[in-house]
Amino acid sequence: MKIDATQPLEYGTEENRNRIFGFWLFLGAEIALFATLFTVYIVLANRFASGPSGAEIFEITPVLLETFLLLTSSFTIGLAVHAMRLGLKKQMMMFMIITLLLGAGFLGIEIFEFFTYVHEGVTLSTSAFSSSLFTLLGTHGAHVTFGLLWGTAILIQIKKHGLDHSTANKSFIFSLYWHFLDVVWIFIFSFVYLKGLM
Amino acid sequence: MLLSFTLLLSGCSSLTVLNPKGPAARTLSDTIIFSILVMVGILAVVYTLYIVILTKYRAKKSNEGYEPPHEEGNKWLEILWTAIPILIVVVLSVVTVKTTVAVEKVPAGYEDQKPLVIYASSSNWKWHFSYPEEGIETVNYVNIPTNRPIEFRLYSFGPITSFWIPQLHGQKYAMSDMLTKLNMVAEEPGSMLGRNANFSGEGFAHMEFETLAMTPTEYDKWVKDVKETAPELKEDEFNKLLKTEHVGRMTFSSNHLEFSPPPAEGHHHGGDANGNMEGMDHNELHPDPATTEESEFDNVPNVDPNKPDPDSSLDESSNHQHEGH
Amino acid sequence: MKWDEFFVTGEPLIYGAMVSIVLASLAILFGLTYYKKWGYLWREWLTTVDHKRIGVMYILCALIMLFRGGVDAIMMRAQTAAPDMKFLDGQHYNEVFTTHGVIMILFMAMPFIFGLMNVVIPLQIGARDVAFPKLNAISFWLFFAGAMLFNISFVIGGSPDAGWTAYFPLASIEFSPTVGNNYYSLALQISGIGTLLTGLNFIVTIMKMRAPGMTLMRMPMFTWAVLITCVIIIFAFPVLTIALLLMLFDRVFGSQFFTMANGGMDMLWANLFWVWGHPEVYIVILPAFGIFSEIISTFSRKNLYGYSSMVLSMVIISGLSFLVWAHHFYTMGQGAMVNGFFSITTMAIAVPTGIKIFNWLFTLRKGRISFTTPMLYSLAFIPIFTIGGVTGVMLAMASADYQYHNTMFLVAHFHYVLIPGAVFAVIAGFHYWFPKVFGFRLNEKLGKLAFWFIAISFNVTFFPLFFLGLKGMTRRTYTYSAETGFGPLNMLSMVGAIGLAIGFIILVYNIYWSTRYEPRDKTGDPWDARALEWSTPSPVPVYNFAVTPKVKGRDAYWFSKKNNEPLSDEKITKIHMPSNTGKPFILGIAFFFLGFFLVFSWWIPSIIAGIAVLIIMATMSFDRNNGYYIPVEEIVQTEQKLRGDTV
Repeated sequence: MKIDATQPLEYGTEENRNRIFGFWLFLGAEIALFATLFTVYIVLANRFASGPSGAEIFEITPVLLETFLLLTSSFTIGLAVHAMRLGLKKQMMMFMIITLLLGAGFLGIEIFEFFTYVHEGVTLSTSAFSSSLFTLLGTHGAHVTFGLLWGTAILIQIKKHGLDHSTANKSFIFSLYWHFLDVVWIFIFSFVYLKGLM
Repeated sequence: MLLSFTLLLSGCSSLTVLNPKGPAARTLSDTIIFSILVMVGILAVVYTLYIVILTKYRAKKSNEGYEPPHEEGNKWLEILWTAIPILIVVVLSVVTVKTTVAVEKVPAGYEDQKPLVIYASSSNWKWHFSYPEEGIETVNYVNIPTNRPIEFRLYSFGPITSFWIPQLHGQKYAMSDMLTKLNMVAEEPGSMLGRNANFSGEGFAHMEFETLAMTPTEYDKWVKDVKETAPELKEDEFNKLLKTEHVGRMTFSSNHLEFSPPPAEGHHHGGDANGNMEGMDHNELHPDPATTEESEFDNVPNVDPNKPDPDSSLDESSNHQHEGH
Repeated sequence: MKWDEFFVTGEPLIYGAMVSIVLASLAILFGLTYYKKWGYLWREWLTTVDHKRIGVMYILCALIMLFRGGVDAIMMRAQTAAPDMKFLDGQHYNEVFTTHGVIMILFMAMPFIFGLMNVVIPLQIGARDVAFPKLNAISFWLFFAGAMLFNISFVIGGSPDAGWTAYFPLASIEFSPTVGNNYYSLALQISGIGTLLTGLNFIVTIMKMRAPGMTLMRMPMFTWAVLITCVIIIFAFPVLTIALLLMLFDRVFGSQFFTMANGGMDMLWANLFWVWGHPEVYIVILPAFGIFSEIISTFSRKNLYGYSSMVLSMVIISGLSFLVWAHHFYTMGQGAMVNGFFSITTMAIAVPTGIKIFNWLFTLRKGRISFTTPMLYSLAFIPIFTIGGVTGVMLAMASADYQYHNTMFLVAHFHYVLIPGAVFAVIAGFHYWFPKVFGFRLNEKLGKLAFWFIAISFNVTFFPLFFLGLKGMTRRTYTYSAETGFGPLNMLSMVGAIGLAIGFIILVYNIYWSTRYEPRDKTGDPWDARALEWSTPSPVPVYNFAVTPKVKGRDAYWFSKKNNEPLSDEKITKIHMPSNTGKPFILGIAFFFLGFFLVFSWWIPSIIAGIAVLIIMATMSFDRNNGYYIPVEEIVQTEQKLRGDTV
């Protein structure tokens, strides 16, 4: 394996560079995926039949809290990558744990939000609107859940093997993924909640 | 040779699509024949080049040891075979847009007449034809007057179907949450095949109906006959009919639009797509209530497909409806 | 659920299929045990990460699926050969044409092309393997799991019956209550993930792993075609992923996306499906264009004419492919202006396609054309595909399409596009690259015989369908009456279908015959070809190139032969290779069971299978196997053995 010492750790080998490039492509596919979901949501947003509309069920407080948690976690994962580049394993792990905790907090509120909707009688099968709402939020939430599992797996690997080309590369890719989820959330926040509340 | 072949094709009356009986289908038939001629021209160029090149440059004894030259391409030739196709596409685009606009409208020359509105709706593997103006309804056959614009309004009680009378017009989808329209005129009397063209499940193959164009006087007589002799269509009977998979021909002296209104037209409804059509002006859909009272005496619907409707003498000819299963 | 609902019953065809599946499985199990091949199968194939072997497995599956799809086709032609046939009933016919469409596009054409891609691309760009060999194995096993899941629907639970387009509301639980469309959704979903990963893998491979000196504009045309195809995959397949997800939700969890009540919108499905579906056509056709470019150039002994415009036209086609989806439903009532727009974008595709046809013709011009089997398929492609192309332009005209839509005219058109465009291409590529993988050619005499059967019978089968369409025969009609007059042309089509079947049987027989009797090729370059893959010995050793070639221009190998310059003057060094792993295979099995349990909505087994999938993925993440090195001596020995004594 050829190692390029002039590059940051996560870019150090050819395989690492390929992985990062490949992951950017994967994010391209993810953009297409979420773009489709947003299109479906926008098309169906006003088709709430006999069920409630978005304006009737959305509540701003939990959404603002979710936004705050996820945006902060995007900041902390940035700090984690920064620490990683400085070779500070302990700080890096700490920031990553904070990121995952914030993510778990986000997920908790989202699950609470879902329970509230169901309690109010809005389920997946209420209307085309509710179906597309739950699917869009749920797909994002499933991504966050997967991110939590993935992040934990990376943490264990860093603990075991320290920061090397492999773990640094994985952490960096994970950070890209996490930032992406944050961007998607901003779109959800604007086009689902803000637009729905207006 | 290919050209004469195409002319033969256009003259061939067994090709239903190229044997139009009305202006809309004629426009489409002319468009198709025009496009075939253009395409035959393109094929002729490609085939000539192809045959010449393959015969001339095939490996043979006489050119053994011949080392083909290195050719990067030729700017002018490449521009040529880009520009000419673009021109052809432009011409075809103009034709397409013009004819597409034309066949969506009431056919030229008939604009000043009030169109006869007929709602054609599909359920399982049947077609229901409701005549709001006349206040009658038929199942699996439709009679229309000649030389009068007909506006079919299409929708479905189930899967997407496609309403198609090839000799009068092309097809259009009938869907459950949106009304679509098809304008056509029949210029000569006669029986034509109509059918669902879009696969809609098990009985799809049998989903045909006869379209009978008749002179306006005959048509008026038929409407009068139906009103006097056919039974009324009641809501519970209609709901039962909707669930039946196949039936033969049926005739009613009232129609289902009153108790089961069609979906809204064009755009999709927001809050409500349940067939409830608030916000749509549906006064014109309701037939004159007086007509429903006169036609009570025959309450046995004629469901035997092989037996023509006893009260409708006009549809005995060419009754090749498929039997209900 | 009762057992008699679980297994499809009551049809002699189904019992026949069950018996043959059981017998075939037993025969395979017995054969493997008797010849003690279990270990070989596991070590050399199921756990392989070698792109060539993965490619071979793709092609093998594609051939089996071609057989399955072909049997479907023959059954359809037989049922409609004469009026009022009683061979299949309506329901059965519907299942058969649905599976025919799905299998031929997604489980035959695509994997065949992926197989060729896998075998050829790393060799053409002078690479050791693809960028992510393990991921490549995952892609294959996901495809395989999806294909198997789709195929068992025939005996367990019932096949999908709403057409390969699965239009709603017909495909909803209300109108299609069997589990058939659950199979459709899940099988396509699983293999679709595999496809997406393949797309990703090959973009990285082509962008990052080319031999030194091979700039983008020096790549062989097949590599270009695959690169563009993979970009289409990246943007088109996520749309399918979502569409299938919504379909599953509607059918299993009672959501209201495409339903008839509560605001659902059936037209949304049609739009989503074709936003993926039309680019999908180009995913199948662009690599075919690449294959033909390679073969036509090789057997005219000339470089490809108009290289840059060939590349540019493919880029334009890929862009336009996302702007034409509504031409699949001009008749949905969206108005003349929308239809006009989509007509023009659709017809515009004819321009770059035309450029390619003329460039191929001018590649042939001034060449020295030898009519080998792969070349025959490529040459037959030009006139037949042109018919498919011009009828495509006819269909693109929205007004006229009101008369062609849903008719046999349309069926004739897309077979005239896909059979020469995709099937001829993969068969041509199969004959062309076969010696590279196995070290001997397929017999030319048998190959040509099969070709003439296939090419002629194809036209006999499908040309009459144009006329049937104009006569008003709709597609997907399982029966018609004698008065319609559809009988004679359908019978003619049946005759053609039998001819096609004979052609394919000869083709398969040729594989058997050639394996036994064809002389072995020691040169590695039996066709005197042009691209880098022919510079390796055949069969290609596991490491591909003993030394990485250096590229100075297009057709690098051709000029190295002509100018007698070696492709590289560097010494052989030890080569790093990835290790085999069984995890992708196990992941495929887990996905299969996840899909199967979801089909029947068996939640607890589904959750267990889902957890299994996550655990396997986690173990892959924890795996720190960095591969192994092949020592120099071993490389030298291998090269000497394969090349005779030339190195």
